[in-house]
Amino acid sequence: MDFLILNKGFPILSVLIFLPLAGAFIAMFLSGDKVSRVWALIVTTLNAIISLPLYSAFNSSSYKFQFAEHQAWIPQWNINYTLGLDGISLLLVLLTTIIMPLCILASWRYIAKRVKTFMICMLVLETTMLGVFAALDFILFYIMWEAMLIPMYMLIAIWGGPRKVYASTKFFIYTLAGSVMLLVAIIALYLHSTPHTFSIPMLMGQPYSTTFQVLIFLAFFVAFAVKVPMFPVHTWLPAAHVEAPTAGSVILASILLKMGTYGLLRFCLPMTPQATMTFMPYILWLSVAGILYGGFTALAQHDMKKLIAYSSVGHMGFVTLGIFVLNFRGMEGAILQMINHGVTTGALFLCVGMIYERTHSRELATATGVGKYMPVFVTFFAIFSLSSFAFPGTNSFIGEFLVLAGGFAKHKLVTAAAIPGAILAAAYMLRMLQRVIWGGVNNPSHDGLLDLNTREIVTLAPFLVFVFWIGLAPGPFLSVMHSTVHHLLAQVNAGVAHPALACLP
Amino acid sequence: MNIMLFAPELFLLLGALIVFLLSLSDDHNSARNVALAAGLGALILSAGGMNRGGLMFGGAYNVDLFSQLFKIMITGGLTAVLIFGGKHRGIEKRVRPEYYLCLILSTLGLVMLVSSVDLVAIFVSLELSSFSLYLMLPMRSTEHGLRIQMEAGIKYMLFGVMATGIMLFGMSYVFGLTGSTSLAAITAKLPTLVHEPAAVVGIVMILCVFMFKLAIFPFHFWVSDAYEGGANETTAFLATVPKLAGVAMLIRIVNLINPSEAIINFLAILAVCSMFYGNLCALRQKDFKRMMGFSAVAHAGFVLLGILTFKEAGYATSIYYILGYLVMNLACFMVICKVSKSGENVPIAGLAGLYKRSPLLAFTMGLSMFALAGIPPFAGFMGEFLLLAGALQAGHLTVVILGALNAAIAIYYYLSVVKVTYCNEPEADTGPIRVDIGTRAVSLILITAIIFIGVYPSSLLDMASAALRLAF
Repeated sequence: MDFLILNKGFPILSVLIFLPLAGAFIAMFLSGDKVSRVWALIVTTLNAIISLPLYSAFNSSSYKFQFAEHQAWIPQWNINYTLGLDGISLLLVLLTTIIMPLCILASWRYIAKRVKTFMICMLVLETTMLGVFAALDFILFYIMWEAMLIPMYMLIAIWGGPRKVYASTKFFIYTLAGSVMLLVAIIALYLHSTPHTFSIPMLMGQPYSTTFQVLIFLAFFVAFAVKVPMFPVHTWLPAAHVEAPTAGSVILASILLKMGTYGLLRFCLPMTPQATMTFMPYILWLSVAGILYGGFTALAQHDMKKLIAYSSVGHMGFVTLGIFVLNFRGMEGAILQMINHGVTTGALFLCVGMIYERTHSRELATATGVGKYMPVFVTFFAIFSLSSFAFPGTNSFIGEFLVLAGGFAKHKLVTAAAIPGAILAAAYMLRMLQRVIWGGVNNPSHDGLLDLNTREIVTLAPFLVFVFWIGLAPGPFLSVMHSTVHHLLAQVNAGVAHPALACLP
Repeated sequence: MNIMLFAPELFLLLGALIVFLLSLSDDHNSARNVALAAGLGALILSAGGMNRGGLMFGGAYNVDLFSQLFKIMITGGLTAVLIFGGKHRGIEKRVRPEYYLCLILSTLGLVMLVSSVDLVAIFVSLELSSFSLYLMLPMRSTEHGLRIQMEAGIKYMLFGVMATGIMLFGMSYVFGLTGSTSLAAITAKLPTLVHEPAAVVGIVMILCVFMFKLAIFPFHFWVSDAYEGGANETTAFLATVPKLAGVAMLIRIVNLINPSEAIINFLAILAVCSMFYGNLCALRQKDFKRMMGFSAVAHAGFVLLGILTFKEAGYATSIYYILGYLVMNLACFMVICKVSKSGENVPIAGLAGLYKRSPLLAFTMGLSMFALAGIPPFAGFMGEFLLLAGALQAGHLTVVILGALNAAIAIYYYLSVVKVTYCNEPEADTGPIRVDIGTRAVSLILITAIIFIGVYPSSLLDMASAALRLAF
């Protein structure tokens, strides 16, 4: 257990995970829409505040899992309740806890029916998402991974748009079908490890045979690629994004998609390094295909949510590209880009939601020319759009730059092929921005359109802070992941160089 | 002979006699109360006597932890069915006291079955339970001009009698080869008869009747019609309690034989066929009970995954799984009994807007559907995971992959029930559903159990393993 730095005192991770669940339980007994809203806001804000000390207490010079907790759970199968954070999951946990209260704020007006149930779903969702990022036992991870589908399904199926039934069922079945083989792979890993274990760090660097690695890698890859989503298994995403309520879209884009890339980093690379090397070229090209496909499709959309959804496919393509070039820059860029995408795309979905609340349409054509009536709104919208296509000075520039720098150092052709994606991103974002701010001579009338109120500004402001903070001073975000990324790459290289003597965690 | 060992059975018998006397009058309310008291009393007595053990009736009847665990589950199931069945509006009014009588007798038969360790005792208890069930199915109210229960009753009886006949045939082989009806004596002699095809054929024929109870492919033909034709309360019982005894007896009988390649493959093929057949047929169903019938076939296939490992851990997982299955099924049939106004069948579309009509029932239904679909952290997932892990450990990779695929198929029909319950608006002529205190309590207990069993399986697995070690 030397890969864990056990947390002796306050069990901060358990509290973070189960506080929202307890909050959801108490929310069942509350009555009144207002009370439920305020309660959910209190619980998620409290969770965000509790999570902040994680950053300052994190020892960034160590690659070990920190704040760890370890408790026997099902001794018959050596299943444990193990939690811990390293440089990768720390940022994702913080992203989750900070975005949740903002999502509650964004749903203040938007959700008008069955408010209590909505808030319960959101709180349960927070528990499962934090559980996914903090779990260090494979069964615990899988339970959180699958359990997350229930509240997310409810969010889309109950509060979604006109095709909510189609979208929610597609989302559920797509993701579930993707991960059934994950379970078989997990059991197979357990049976092939010595000693038999479900502990994620202990499963890394075991001397699995190449064939076995290939099979395990494929099972993992299908599950995670669906979640990312990588081209060509992305088709659930636009449907789910378009129909989901604003908060659902934000959570989908900011956090759920990250679970896919998190899974690739956490499991595929260190557990099956040889298979990673085998499949690397194909995945790189798939990433490029996703970047270009997402870009071209986004260019053709009339629905703003769909446009941003397809842009997500492109952005996540950059992330998988960065991960699979397997060098330091690329991987750091990819992890930073995961956070950036969470911030930027989340904010863009919030913006679209705000227009939708006013015009009850997500069509680009009906939203043309709102700039005249909503100057504050379009300022936010413009900054987030610039960030989305990696304008220098904004957060995505740093991430994309690192990914491309890493890419050119290793695979010039592949990376060059991805470059048009960056230009496409500028094209579709500027096209949308032009329409929304100015439009043309035949704009629909927007009389009586109100600009953002204080609640909405408060919701968007934190995103703005992060856009510029990461954009201008990415140091604090990159420094926490240095040693983890170094260690991860060392694990991969060792696994490739000496398959049988792979380095232990 | 310690009379306390036999106390749950005696208590049920006493209850049955009182209900019999009451059935001479038309007092169906007190008959129900007596039946409930008998179920509850037997539950308490078997829970209290959990650690007692001993052989009775000349070695034909074995009381041990294994049988007591199953008795607790069986009597618990009976009690739950009686509580949420309420006034049993789905049953023809003039035969209600007789219905309760049959219900108690059927439970008594099952309680005796799990303790039987002699072929004759097995046969007698099995028939006591089956014949009561044959009678219960057609007792459905004919108020709505329904005749479907007659078909269900006849079908169930014909298949049941057929299965019993096959079992008797098998028993005659086993008796002929070993010269004894006692399972202990048979276990001692069988290893010398490994190369005797008649012994294997005999045992497999005995297994048939329990596969019939569990509705494993190809013994499943009765299941959808019987579920649909029976009154909601009857189906709630039929779908849950006899399955427990079925698993107990499958384990007892399978334990007699040494696993050979042929037997393992036979069970594996049945398991895979059950899963695919059940799940694929369930996709198309409109009637809730019919859908649950096919889902039962699929789940029975999963139970076999534990049994075909021929290991104590595998059997323990099967027991754990069937406990979870009992709880999940009781939960969703409870909802159906309450949604049905006067005992009519409930189509899946009839659950529309349940979230508005009764939030508690909707929650129970949603939870049990997710649990049955194997979504964590509920009982269904943990059972499925442990069964798959055990089967993979025993080297059945293909079966495990096919089983995992089935989890993905099954989600569709369970999800569509959740969708109707939570997303569709109620139909115009439906109002809120009143749920009595007893049902509320049962509902909360079941919800807690579904979560607890799923999150904390280790103590239950330990208990099942301990029971198996004592029994065999």
